[in-house]
Amino acid sequence: MNVVLDNPDLVVRAFTYTLLLFVIAGVLSLILGTFLAALRVGPISVLRRAVAVYVALIRNTPLLVVLIFFRIAGPKIGLNFNFVDIVVGDFRFNNLFAACVAALTVYTSTFVCEGLRSGINAVPLGQAEAARAIGLPFAAAMREVVLPQAFRASIPPLASVQIALLKNTTLAGAFGVGEAFFRMRGFTNNEPGQRVGIFLTFALIFVILVEVVSFVANRLERRARVAA
Amino acid sequence: MSAAPSVLFDAPGPRTIARHRIYTVVALAALLAALAFVVWRLYDREQLTYEKWEVFVTPAYMQAILVDGLLTTLQMAVSAVLLAVVFGLVFGVGKLSDNWWLRWPCWAVVEFFRAVPVLLLMILVFFSWGIRGGDSGAYWTVVIALMLYNGAVLAEVFRAGIQAVPSGQAEAAYAVGMRKSQVMNIILLPQGVKIMLPAIISQMVVALKDTSLGYVVAAPGLTAVGKLIWNGEQNQVPTAIVLAALYVATNLVLTLLATLAQKRLVGEKKPLEVSMVSHLDEGRKA
Repeated sequence: MNVVLDNPDLVVRAFTYTLLLFVIAGVLSLILGTFLAALRVGPISVLRRAVAVYVALIRNTPLLVVLIFFRIAGPKIGLNFNFVDIVVGDFRFNNLFAACVAALTVYTSTFVCEGLRSGINAVPLGQAEAARAIGLPFAAAMREVVLPQAFRASIPPLASVQIALLKNTTLAGAFGVGEAFFRMRGFTNNEPGQRVGIFLTFALIFVILVEVVSFVANRLERRARVAA
Repeated sequence: MSAAPSVLFDAPGPRTIARHRIYTVVALAALLAALAFVVWRLYDREQLTYEKWEVFVTPAYMQAILVDGLLTTLQMAVSAVLLAVVFGLVFGVGKLSDNWWLRWPCWAVVEFFRAVPVLLLMILVFFSWGIRGGDSGAYWTVVIALMLYNGAVLAEVFRAGIQAVPSGQAEAAYAVGMRKSQVMNIILLPQGVKIMLPAIISQMVVALKDTSLGYVVAAPGLTAVGKLIWNGEQNQVPTAIVLAALYVATNLVLTLLATLAQKRLVGEKKPLEVSMVSHLDEGRKA
């Protein structure tokens, strides 16, 4: 336990990296995932199928292998992020960080796409038909009838995806980003006798972070829900 | 060509169909161009040469990949899921107990292991125990860490599956004089298992993907074999492609099994889904 209490600055620093990975990859994956979902449910059948194949491929590949693609295989074919080198205060965001963000984004966005698609599929066809029948134009039918219901049904799967992303950021530690897992492994390596205390501290912080995300999702869902 | 009716757009008229035809051609061209670029880039960086791919048609290496790699990975995933089923059954049923002193600890254990990243669990197990066991230590480190995580997820699946059995079943069982344990063992679990089986097979996919996390404790398996190969041959790109292809193929087979089991056992009903967010799924039912 002492090694954690003696180095609170290192723990805070590690979790700052974790949260930054989570927020950046989370936002990017929502954007990319929405784009993929738009193609996936759009009217062009070629794009629908192409995205379906792409999503099936990425979803069934372990995140570790995606990271291997970006960190180990990518540089061999000129896919590197060497142009990224930003220093903000004590925090440095280099090509390692960028490659991990890219891998997390690519991986998570396919799950976002599926979450959004399941939300759209949850809207009964009769809702859209009724909207058209009462003469709503396309934009209004989307805005007033279809998308609110689709969005509401998407919140639970999207929240699960984002929580999974938060836990998946630990993989970046295995590829050189100094986030929570990296720090936890470092502490355990140096002080194997205190491994249980170290684990419990880091694990409890993760539990709290997951609970925060889950609380936010609960509030969002409650706000979006129609009084039944 | 014509799509199934969608909530998003009306059936297209002749002009829209003509417009979509143009989009289709453009999209196809763009996709082919992207694919051609990837292939050209691989060719340009000399990743498509015979030397880089030779190992994957060499029998000794193929055997290493399939036996030391894929088979070990499958063994890890299967043992992890089997143990996780036991773990999940104990804690899932425990969560439904009428006694608060049983329900509450089970709830805490399930929530804890669901929220903690598997990698942290692996490091703890590895340094507590696996580090002394060499290769098999790392193997069981992965299995135990995955058992704890997947077991916690399956506990939720079991709870939801048991609760999905119509309440009249339990009431009728109590009415004919069965005891609590009899109701669970004879009435609820057998019916619940039918609903749960597809979810358990789907969890195999998650476990299989997560066995690759053994990378951090140098565990055996597909990724470890891949690492040996790319360190020896310096063919990182082909190795990564082969690794991904093997994982994807295995997972697709598992997904197919889950779909078949779903059709066979549950019918057209919606598959059982367990949200990562506590209380969200209960909230939707209310």
